Amino acid sequence: MPSKPIEHIRNFSIVAHIDHGKSTLADRLIQKTGALAEREMVEQVLDSMDIERERGITIKAQTVRLEYPARDGKTYILNLMDTPGHVDFAYEVSRSLAACEGSLLVVDASQGVEAQTLANVYQAIEANHEIVPVLNKIDLPAAEPERVKEQIEEVIGIDASGAIPISAKTGLNIEEVLEAIVTRLPPPQGDEEAPLKALLVDSWYDAYLGVVVLVRVVDGVLKKGMQIRMMGTGATYGIDRIGVFRPKMTDVERLGPGEVGFLTASIKEVADTRVGDTITEERRPTAHPLPGFKPVQPVVFCGLFPVDAADFENLRAALGKLRLNDASFSYEMETSAALGFGFRCGFLGLLHLEIIQERLEREFNLDLIATAPSVVYRIALKSGEVKELHNPADMPDVMKIESIEEPWIRATILTPDDYLGGILKLCQDRRGEQVDLNYVGKRAMVVYDLPLNEVVFDFYDRLKSISKGYASFDYHLTDYREGDLVKMQILVNGEPVDALSMLVHRSRAEARGRAMCEKLKDLIPQHLFQIPIQAAIGGKIIARETIRALRKDVTAKCYGGDITRKRKLLEKQKEGKKRMRQFGKVEIPQEAFIQALKMES
Amino acid sequence: MIDHPTRDAGFGVYLHWPFCLAKCPYCDFNSHVRAKPVDEARFVAAFRREIAASAALTPGRTVTSIFLGGGTPSLMQPQTVAALIDAVAAAWPVAPDAEVTLEANPTSVEAERFRGYRAAGVNRVSLGVQALNDADLRRLGRLHTAQEALAAVAVAAAHFERTSFDLIYARPGQTSAAWAAELREAIAHAAEHLSLYQLTIEPDTWFERLYKAGKLVLPTPEEARALYDVTQEICEAAGLPAYEISNHARPGAESRHNLLYWRYGEYVGLGPGAHGRIVTAQGRIATATEKHPETWLELVERNGHGVVTQEVLTAEEEGDEFLLMGLRLREGVDPRRYEALAGRPLDERRIADLLGEGLITRRIGARLAVTPVGFPVLDAVVADLAA
Repeated sequence: MPSKPIEHIRNFSIVAHIDHGKSTLADRLIQKTGALAEREMVEQVLDSMDIERERGITIKAQTVRLEYPARDGKTYILNLMDTPGHVDFAYEVSRSLAACEGSLLVVDASQGVEAQTLANVYQAIEANHEIVPVLNKIDLPAAEPERVKEQIEEVIGIDASGAIPISAKTGLNIEEVLEAIVTRLPPPQGDEEAPLKALLVDSWYDAYLGVVVLVRVVDGVLKKGMQIRMMGTGATYGIDRIGVFRPKMTDVERLGPGEVGFLTASIKEVADTRVGDTITEERRPTAHPLPGFKPVQPVVFCGLFPVDAADFENLRAALGKLRLNDASFSYEMETSAALGFGFRCGFLGLLHLEIIQERLEREFNLDLIATAPSVVYRIALKSGEVKELHNPADMPDVMKIESIEEPWIRATILTPDDYLGGILKLCQDRRGEQVDLNYVGKRAMVVYDLPLNEVVFDFYDRLKSISKGYASFDYHLTDYREGDLVKMQILVNGEPVDALSMLVHRSRAEARGRAMCEKLKDLIPQHLFQIPIQAAIGGKIIARETIRALRKDVTAKCYGGDITRKRKLLEKQKEGKKRMRQFGKVEIPQEAFIQALKMES
Repeated sequence: MIDHPTRDAGFGVYLHWPFCLAKCPYCDFNSHVRAKPVDEARFVAAFRREIAASAALTPGRTVTSIFLGGGTPSLMQPQTVAALIDAVAAAWPVAPDAEVTLEANPTSVEAERFRGYRAAGVNRVSLGVQALNDADLRRLGRLHTAQEALAAVAVAAAHFERTSFDLIYARPGQTSAAWAAELREAIAHAAEHLSLYQLTIEPDTWFERLYKAGKLVLPTPEEARALYDVTQEICEAAGLPAYEISNHARPGAESRHNLLYWRYGEYVGLGPGAHGRIVTAQGRIATATEKHPETWLELVERNGHGVVTQEVLTAEEEGDEFLLMGLRLREGVDPRRYEALAGRPLDERRIADLLGEGLITRRIGARLAVTPVGFPVLDAVVADLAA
């Protein structure tokens, strides 16, 4: 099939907050253009993983090629790029956006603009997108299209007069959206004669095809059998297949400038492909790779341990399988006196961590303990060396440390003003620095700079509870700043418990230490002796609780008829003890670690 | 030389009489209330058959103690008791100084039968007095008054050289002072032996239902500990030290039959819902008979015995049972016997820790015994040592 003339192509993405109807709108567009027969439609066609459908989020970029016969009598190729909507995948979002010329900004007409909408729309504006505002859920009684339009103009600063009121649910005005894509978004530009230049938008592992690469051709033509080179990694491959998604995979002979499609090239692992890389022809490479390529860096780390030590190898295999399809998380083996053998894993953010953990538990049937998430610290040693610290347990000797830097984020929070006071206090308590605070109608928008360290520790849960779920929150990494950070250890009966040690800011150490000691006091069973539980920085105790010795635990009556029953109780007790971890003389049930490491809510 | 190996501890016969006039709300024993009079002759016949079957499995033993427990064995006619004791004597040789104990309720009706029991061969009675104030007796579901109980204690003392009675303490709302006074009064009436049990909420009892509904408030662990401590103090001062967690005796007056359990000796359990431990060529066997009285009867009449479970204990199980029982005694256990039974020695590190905490002590002959500080937390000590 020949490529379409470039002026008949439109590449667009949809920017929306979770639940504002992005996937439903995508479903309607697919339906309206007849890409899938009615019986083939499932809800949220583009979210292929269960977890994506359930949580209403998109993890992998997806694309679908639609053919739309417009009112001007010509048929257009519309490539919808469905992007991950979450900040954890901000870099992936920026690459997907870079593959398009325009965006539909979908806003729930009853809810208005949310924090996540903002972050994503700013990214789209940065990518020079033409933006078409779409007001969804217009059929709801609570819809306030005029107010939301005002809000879009005020907060985002774009003209909302041409916003299209729709209902993705009922299908109202979907035709208008398609028409706007054709008339209001620009066609891509590119030179068919120039050397091949294509953007690697995303890639994933397919059990039948191996690694599938999603590409957007900028210049030149991508053809079957062509020898290509990934400019970032330097690897070369021979193309096996080229195709497009309609949304089913359909082979084509070539992809010209402006087109979006996939290629397979006997690539073994997703890790061999880098999102944002430039693909060129081996024989005639482009002199100007696409800008903005950066390898992904995990931002949040935590230890994952199997509850049952026998599952260690299963966990290793499961991580390997997940990594086949998601090169953005990393893992390496870790041992802990408290939790046994496990893995230190790196993630793009908290949601990414949650998703991986959930997939491990759900798809691989593993029971996991996750240690408290930590961030990547930069430690400048007196020797002049700079180390990255992923695990508090690896902290070098304090005497050797010159300074410690921690990552900071800029957080944007949108909230009904009733909860503003509580939210400001939360940000302030978490060492936040206010950058901006203004009102949009009855909603306040607060911008804070915060240490990521304070955010990975239950910030989101606290925010939700303070605002009864109404506040929305988004963030992006900004910089590293020096901080007065110390390693806090937890000592049980004088023995340090590695799994519970953490890096904290000195000003927050006492509060966190006290909270942890209080929690453990309730979680560790009484022993035959008194057990001090302490939080310490270096040699200094900053918090202390005591578990009192057992006072009374004896069976009053025990004769010949009772032995069997008592022996069975004893056997149970012995079984329980086997599942406990020994710290000096103290036996700590695994359940205590699970509970202690759970982020507070 | 190992102290108290299985045979040295003696050979006991336990006979269970599973009937009561009323079920006490705290009791989880195998006891049943029957509207019609129990056919004692039929039970005697069944007991005879089960005794004979049991004797066939335990040749060469000499009975050192017989214990008629329940239920309420004092509901039996004296001739029924005589028939049972005679059946035992016909099945095994009985040592001339064998201890023959019968459990009795302290009512005037039963006291009248004491002479008959004495004639039947009973030489020790154990009375379920439980409390010495009428309000608490009613709450405990007892059918006698304090005065009636003390009268029965006196009648028992007149007929038997060896008597004992039970009290339950750590009752809801009981203060240390009130218990101390009650205990002193009890000691004034006690001959040589007292069993003093802290009230325990047992599964599937009426008290458990009340407890779960929040209608029965037990002493806190601190209060229970204080009550335990005051009990030890008063009994020691009165010359009735504890030789076991809940059992106090003048030196030499310990219950020999119960010592057999705690020293992990051999015993057969006969009658409905009775347990035995006998040593055979295959190892130590744990036996249990059918609990329901009439079902047991039919089983015995059909098969010659009412045993429904019979399993050879593993070395680990024997070791556990030995510790569980032996550490209840002030005399403690011989670690070498543990090693012989369990097939592994006790963990020296755990022993050292417990010695360090003052919870256990070493006695002469390398015996390990729980200290007075360790007794109130014995179950945790045992769990530690057995782990």
